[in-house]
Amino acid sequence: MAATTVEPATFERAAADLAQATAAGRAVRIAGAGSKRLWGASGRQPDVELRTTALDRIVEHNSGDLTARLQAGVPLSAAQRAFASAGQMLALDPPPSPDGTEPTIGGILATGDCGPLRHRYGAPRELVLGITVALSDGTIAQAGGRVIKNVAGYDLARLFAGSFGTLGVILAVNVRLHPLHDLAFTAFGASADPSTLTAGAIALAAAPLELDALDVAWDESGGRLLARCTGAEAARRARRAASLLAGSGLSAVELLDADSELWAGQRAAQRSAHGAVVRVSSRPTSLTAVIAAARECAGTLVGRAAVGHSYVRVEPGAVTLLRDRLRDRLPAGAVATLLDAPDGLRDTLDPWDTVPGPALELARRVKARFDPAGTCNPGVFVGGI
Amino acid sequence: MSGDRHALISRLQDACGGEHVMTESHELATYRSDGLLHYRQAPLVAALPGTAEQVRRCVAACYEAGVPWVARGAGTGLSGGALPVSDGVLIVLSRLRRIVSVDLDDARIVVEPGVTNVAVSRAVAPTHFYPPDPSSQIVCSIGGNIAENSGGAHCFKYGFTTNYVLGLEVVLTDGTMVTLDRDAPGYDLLGAFVGSEGTLGVATKIALRVIPAPEAVRTLLAFFPDTVSAGDAVTAIVDAGMVPGAIEMMDRLSIQAAEQATGAGYRLDAGAALIVELDGPHEECISGLERLTALCRSAGALDLRIAQSDAERDLIWRTRKAAFAAMGRIAPAYYVQDGVVPRTRLSEVLRRIDELASQYGLRVANVFHAGDGNLHPLVCYDSAVEGEAARAEELAGMIIRACVDAGGSITGEHGVGVDKRAYMPAMFGEADLDAFQRLRCAFDPWGLANPGKVMPTPRLCGEVPGPYRQHPLERAGLAERF
Repeated sequence: MAATTVEPATFERAAADLAQATAAGRAVRIAGAGSKRLWGASGRQPDVELRTTALDRIVEHNSGDLTARLQAGVPLSAAQRAFASAGQMLALDPPPSPDGTEPTIGGILATGDCGPLRHRYGAPRELVLGITVALSDGTIAQAGGRVIKNVAGYDLARLFAGSFGTLGVILAVNVRLHPLHDLAFTAFGASADPSTLTAGAIALAAAPLELDALDVAWDESGGRLLARCTGAEAARRARRAASLLAGSGLSAVELLDADSELWAGQRAAQRSAHGAVVRVSSRPTSLTAVIAAARECAGTLVGRAAVGHSYVRVEPGAVTLLRDRLRDRLPAGAVATLLDAPDGLRDTLDPWDTVPGPALELARRVKARFDPAGTCNPGVFVGGI
Repeated sequence: MSGDRHALISRLQDACGGEHVMTESHELATYRSDGLLHYRQAPLVAALPGTAEQVRRCVAACYEAGVPWVARGAGTGLSGGALPVSDGVLIVLSRLRRIVSVDLDDARIVVEPGVTNVAVSRAVAPTHFYPPDPSSQIVCSIGGNIAENSGGAHCFKYGFTTNYVLGLEVVLTDGTMVTLDRDAPGYDLLGAFVGSEGTLGVATKIALRVIPAPEAVRTLLAFFPDTVSAGDAVTAIVDAGMVPGAIEMMDRLSIQAAEQATGAGYRLDAGAALIVELDGPHEECISGLERLTALCRSAGALDLRIAQSDAERDLIWRTRKAAFAAMGRIAPAYYVQDGVVPRTRLSEVLRRIDELASQYGLRVANVFHAGDGNLHPLVCYDSAVEGEAARAEELAGMIIRACVDAGGSITGEHGVGVDKRAYMPAMFGEADLDAFQRLRCAFDPWGLANPGKVMPTPRLCGEVPGPYRQHPLERAGLAERF
């Protein structure tokens, strides 16, 4: 049976919808615009789909404080337009879905999805100052604050960041903004040797150039490193980045000022309409090994070279082989999470590659405290949470 | 009860070695307070484990005895977060001070919690550094920084402790050891742990991200007729899209006190001093400095000085950092407050603080991190004058309320501890506090880790559906379920 859809336009309505579902023992699928609808495990068939898309107000933009308060359903692109008019940005740039759906602020925070700006500004959780949530018993709670420095109370914004809607509904977030620079230059260089790319990435990551982004790309034709600088002296810094690339053995080193298409391409390659995408988290020095594993599975790769995050695109049938190859090659603690995948694949393998242990038990206790009835996105998260 | 106490002491001695367990009142006196000296409480016993496994055994011994415990690092905290509980164990982490590994290619260092903040930066110098730099960085420990989510003067550009923690090994209240990794799939329990003030467990190993050391640093000292014009300069700097490494402001009273201490040549006729430090790539610092001086001049700066050497830069900073201690020269005692306001409301809140100070007949000096609106008003008083200490504390409380009324926070970096519990309801409603409690109960349903801190009133954890777990009081035969 198809789920009933609700689209609350107020916090109180959203909380009441959740409370009613809990009282009736219904499972609620929580969604934003649906740009990452199929991420996570399939979970229990939902009875209700709660969409945050009607919670779409930019409540405050305090440009002098470089902060803003946004309701969860605000599309990232709408928020960026508003902030750009004051020369500011929210330093998040995850890609839209393959069909072009723009992600919402709430969805980005709930999934922790990132783009190239992850290099300088960190994951979405690093930019959230405060959060307002609805819990499954109908409680509306907030944590954090509206100022950029604040240590009062527990950091529930981080707890809800990346929780895939399993603890409750994110209703609004207070975020930190950054200056948006007009001037941007990208230095890039190529190599068909993965270890040259890794050495180049490590050299650039250690250089005091304050890069906005440092990405890697790999496909059957070879690999590239891309380093982006913004700000008053962006061109000079990008030239220095280019010399470092050349000095690390990369060839065809160039400098580009109209670089937006280049970066849009990096972002788009994190998603796949028909294939599978596995996000690998490891050390920056593991890049050579990740590329080797991707090659053995006929995969292509983009990633944040200095963060240690790679998005590997493979045929759906190759996901298990890729994970095996990664396990053989990477140090303990590396993670291979399945993101995009065609229908059916996530029913045959665990997208999370769950590792049992005390951390998982602790996660279950957190779920039990926040959503004891299991109303919110049951079964979509790690370990069947 | 004394038999139980003996059994517990004996288990702690087994865990740490007899010489590392303190039970005599003269030994325990050292640990009665942290950096906030007006709260004093000796613990039942203090244990100084030397390894993570010894920490685990201490925590497990407390769990089995149903006894609360408090973890303590260097004891430099300013909110009473490491204040012992009278019937509990103080677990002192100062012997865990090994640097486990340094891996600059991965920009990562792994340390034990007793390592000092400055030792982390030293271990990765000269190519890299660890940005969070609380004023106490020479002595404060990384474990304490994790508990408090410590900040410092460079937060506006570089962020806080929580932005740099990659992994933690944590001992939970029941003695379970758990590894929390930033990138592991699942809830960001690491993010929830950082800044939880020792109430969710104790970290025994810490992996931190470090970043390349800035290539150039330019430090500007500017004097203004008053804090309003200095505030205008800060606004102009931020509106120009500049992100200096630090923007610090001192008002007239703190300039006078600090100048007496260091003789750095700060202008005594100025109403405010601004220290702006640009760091980063060489070319950005050079062009930034030109813009910066122009912006300060248009905002009405009386005098601008640019540090021409490391010695001059050190003196500017030494004078800024001397402001707290130097207050002793102009007042017998002071109360340090830690509040935050949205930066654009600084002038308004400073005016309110002036009004409050006159109303209470007390002097307040202001030293603050202007870039992020983090105020540190120093409320001066004389404890020899009857009632003045109490009046100072009340004034400090009024200042905090003024910060919250302006949309700010009761604490920017010192933490809630015991000192600010009472102000929590000014920022958070009952539903918010209940949500906090859910997190705490998931980690520590028995309420044994640092009880009495953070939350305004003591709360117990209810049961949740799930496998039955024996309460430590039941295990100790002190309680039964009906």
